[in-house]
Amino acid sequence: MIILEWIASIFLVTGAFFMLVAALGVIKLPDVFTRMHAATKASSFGTGLMLVGTIAYFREPFIFLESLLVIVFIFLTAPVASHMIGRAAYLLKVPLWQGTVVDQLHGKYNLHTHELLSDSPPADSQNIAKDLKD
Amino acid sequence: MNFEINTPMEIAAIISLVLLFVALILTFIRLALGPSLPDRIVALDLIALLILGVIIAYVALTKEIVYLNATVLLALITFLATVAFARYLEKRVL
Repeated sequence: MIILEWIASIFLVTGAFFMLVAALGVIKLPDVFTRMHAATKASSFGTGLMLVGTIAYFREPFIFLESLLVIVFIFLTAPVASHMIGRAAYLLKVPLWQGTVVDQLHGKYNLHTHELLSDSPPADSQNIAKDLKD
Repeated sequence: MNFEINTPMEIAAIISLVLLFVALILTFIRLALGPSLPDRIVALDLIALLILGVIIAYVALTKEIVYLNATVLLALITFLATVAFARYLEKRVL
């Protein structure tokens, strides 16, 4: 069982390394959207690896269930949270990096209602809206 | 707090604690500098996940598996705090 302990150790150190990479990205990248890209993905992956390391080390059903719960929860909620931060940052008009090539959301947000306009509305939608008004 | 550094897992736990503390210092710098408010929220989100990693490394070091319960609560509260901050920024009401 010493091999399993070595594997668990490697998982733990790799997870911590990925979280260090996330912190480096947060300190080094130029604007809030690129920082968010570094922080969310690398840190949730690192946390998952560390929890897999604890599963492989302790090998108990309780630890397995609890770690699996945390992994599933983090992988479900981290994208939602970072999407909400990104949406708020875009609506607050946080400046983009000056090297940004394309901003596909430019002019697509209604600044009063905060609704996202779709690219090509379906043909019936305007008629339906008129009907609803009448 | 009694532990010995003999087995590979304990060495790995010490190494990952050092890495996580370096990451925490870097993220605190971004939290202090952060030019805009969303930058600071991103840094706070990352700090909560780093503290979750510190708890996991501590559990691996001392074998006190009771502390693993704290990770569940921390993951839940982090998500709620981030969503509340983002919603406050967008709508200016809670």
